[in-house]
Amino acid sequence: MNKILLIIEREFLTRVKKKSFILMTLLTPLLFAALMVVPVLIQGMKDDERKNIAVIDRSGLAEKALQNSDNLTFLFKPDGVTLDSLKQNFGKEKLYAVATISALNEKKQPVIDLYAFKQPNMDVQQYIERGVKDAVEQYKLESYHIQGLDTIIASIKTEVKVKTFIWGDDGQEKASHTGLYMGISYILSFMIYMFIFMFGNMVMRGVIEEKASRIIEVIVSSVKPFQLMMGKIIGIASVGLLQFIIWVVLTLGIVAVFQGSMSDPAGMENITQTLSPGDTANEITKTITQESSSILSMLGSINFTAIIVSFLLYFLLGYLLYASMFAAIGSAVENEADTQQLIIPVTIPLIIGIFLMLHAFQYPDSSLSFWSSIIPFTSPMVMMARIPFGVPFWQVALSLALLLVTFTGIAWMAGKIYRTGILMYGKKPTLKEMLKWINYKN
Amino acid sequence: MDLLIANNVIKRYTNHLALDNVNISVPSGSIYGLLGPNGAGKTTLIRIINQITAPDSGEVLLDGRLMQADDVLRIGYLPEERGLYKKMKVGEQALYLARLKGLSRHDAMAQLKTWFTKFEIQAWWDKKVEELSKGMAQKVQFIVTILHKPKLLIFDEPFSGFDPVNVNLLKQEILNMKAQGSTIIFSTHNMASVEELCDDIALINQSKVIVEGKLEEVRRQYGDNIVEVAFRGDPAELQLALHNEYALIQQKEQNGIHKATIKITEQKPANHLLQQLLPRVEIIGFNEVIPGMNDIFIKLVS
Repeated sequence: MNKILLIIEREFLTRVKKKSFILMTLLTPLLFAALMVVPVLIQGMKDDERKNIAVIDRSGLAEKALQNSDNLTFLFKPDGVTLDSLKQNFGKEKLYAVATISALNEKKQPVIDLYAFKQPNMDVQQYIERGVKDAVEQYKLESYHIQGLDTIIASIKTEVKVKTFIWGDDGQEKASHTGLYMGISYILSFMIYMFIFMFGNMVMRGVIEEKASRIIEVIVSSVKPFQLMMGKIIGIASVGLLQFIIWVVLTLGIVAVFQGSMSDPAGMENITQTLSPGDTANEITKTITQESSSILSMLGSINFTAIIVSFLLYFLLGYLLYASMFAAIGSAVENEADTQQLIIPVTIPLIIGIFLMLHAFQYPDSSLSFWSSIIPFTSPMVMMARIPFGVPFWQVALSLALLLVTFTGIAWMAGKIYRTGILMYGKKPTLKEMLKWINYKN
Repeated sequence: MDLLIANNVIKRYTNHLALDNVNISVPSGSIYGLLGPNGAGKTTLIRIINQITAPDSGEVLLDGRLMQADDVLRIGYLPEERGLYKKMKVGEQALYLARLKGLSRHDAMAQLKTWFTKFEIQAWWDKKVEELSKGMAQKVQFIVTILHKPKLLIFDEPFSGFDPVNVNLLKQEILNMKAQGSTIIFSTHNMASVEELCDDIALINQSKVIVEGKLEEVRRQYGDNIVEVAFRGDPAELQLALHNEYALIQQKEQNGIHKATIKITEQKPANHLLQQLLPRVEIIGFNEVIPGMNDIFIKLVS
């Protein structure tokens, strides 16, 4: 027992002290946080350059349609000006683009062409499209000469939103938030998959390293091969847990700091102003504040303790199951390149698990989701995808128990293969030969 | 008193019998040479003693009782194929391996400091193994093998990869270990070092022990009853003395001294030959020719 602790300690410390580990552990949260924060920042950023757009209007609606905005100035050209002359004077007039708007055709549609020497950006195109569309629609509506049109339109505008409630076993109803659950379940089960794969591979590389460097014979003359294998697997599991905890804490920390600077009123105003031109700003501020308050209530509807506990259990057991298989495969070869074929039976259930997970987080209660969350090889990913939606306790317990039993069985077999494999040099074995090793007597 | 006894050990792998009813007895405090051609089964036997593998049948006794799991702590094993973690620092690694052999961190540290000083390699403590040469790494490995002062040491080709200076250093240490009461099993193909170091030997060939015993006895046993006579005088007189009773194997002359190798038999022992020679030539030297282990090895194995 003492020895297995020593092995765990070494496996843990040598990895944690590596520069690559420290860098990855510290930089990944920055990346995660960046993925959450940067899109918001980029939306907030805009091109500040003033753009002059010359407009040749044949429809007579443009002047109303195209209002100058913060950075767009529309120069309406009198009738006589031709496209060619504008092309000639493009530089002199510091133009960004030239828009021509045709008269409405027989279907009462205008045609807009935009000319420039460089590709005009999407924002400009959309601004023009939207403006002209609104103006033309307005024009068409007015052509019906309806009395009190504005009030009619205002009274027609309706906003519809479905709020879902789940009746719990206690008869209470709880608000549910499918979108949020889908997000959480997707992230969690994908993380399980990633961790199993990453740290399982780490176990395999560690086994190969010991075999290739030939230190293995010295070590197994001090400890039992099974102790060495389990020590390595557990040591690397603690590396994974440490990394996970640091990632979560740092990512949340960075996002919290960023949110802190966002929620300071001046900053908030700045950003909302830059987000949108004109009167839409108010609308967006409204939705942002609405959403942030409802996010709090949404988060309240999720049982975080249950999610975190089950995440840790499924990560650990799923990892233990797969890491045993990775260790067995590592023991059979002398370099990583030789693992390519042997690894297939291990990666296939993992990849199937990912596909089932993609199904489960859309249909968490289908029978496919149910069974694949009970069957051990796919259950870590699939059950994790179902849990945010709420899963009966007995199902989780059953799936965890099965996972534990399977792990024990697989670890026992892997230990047998490992014990034989680590001392075998020379020809790379086939999978069939490896399975025969299970029956070898010591 | 034998420290280690293997009784009727049999080990079968799928395609071949690695050990066929092997019996050996390693006397306490001796250096015991385990000899044999490649693939004879030496490594399998060593692995069984180290409890890396288990025999299909048979038993191994240490100090007169069946080997226990904990007995691996009383064994130091330097395998032929050896290596260290390349990315780990020398000192950390030596400490780890010593602790796996049951030493406390504190004891291991103290022992290591002593040995590193003795071998003048203190400067390597914080180096990674991959920065060391092969010979340097082997030195570290040798230290780790003997650090926990095991009762039984098993060296498989310990001198391979060392320069002559270091070979001598290691030989000295092995003899020191013996003087301090350790028993040493020494497996090698270098017969010169067997003759130099071993008290006892066992020769394994094709999964069986074919010879076991005291080195000197084995050598005598496989001697061909040949003596070498050095003398001054007329070689013709020698012929007369030999008469038809003895076969002359070889004769050469250097600086007026003749050397003849002669086969003796039980009916006609060395004393009788001397009586024949004394009146005819001036005898300078007379000795039995004992075969080297090299010859015995080749003779028995081929």
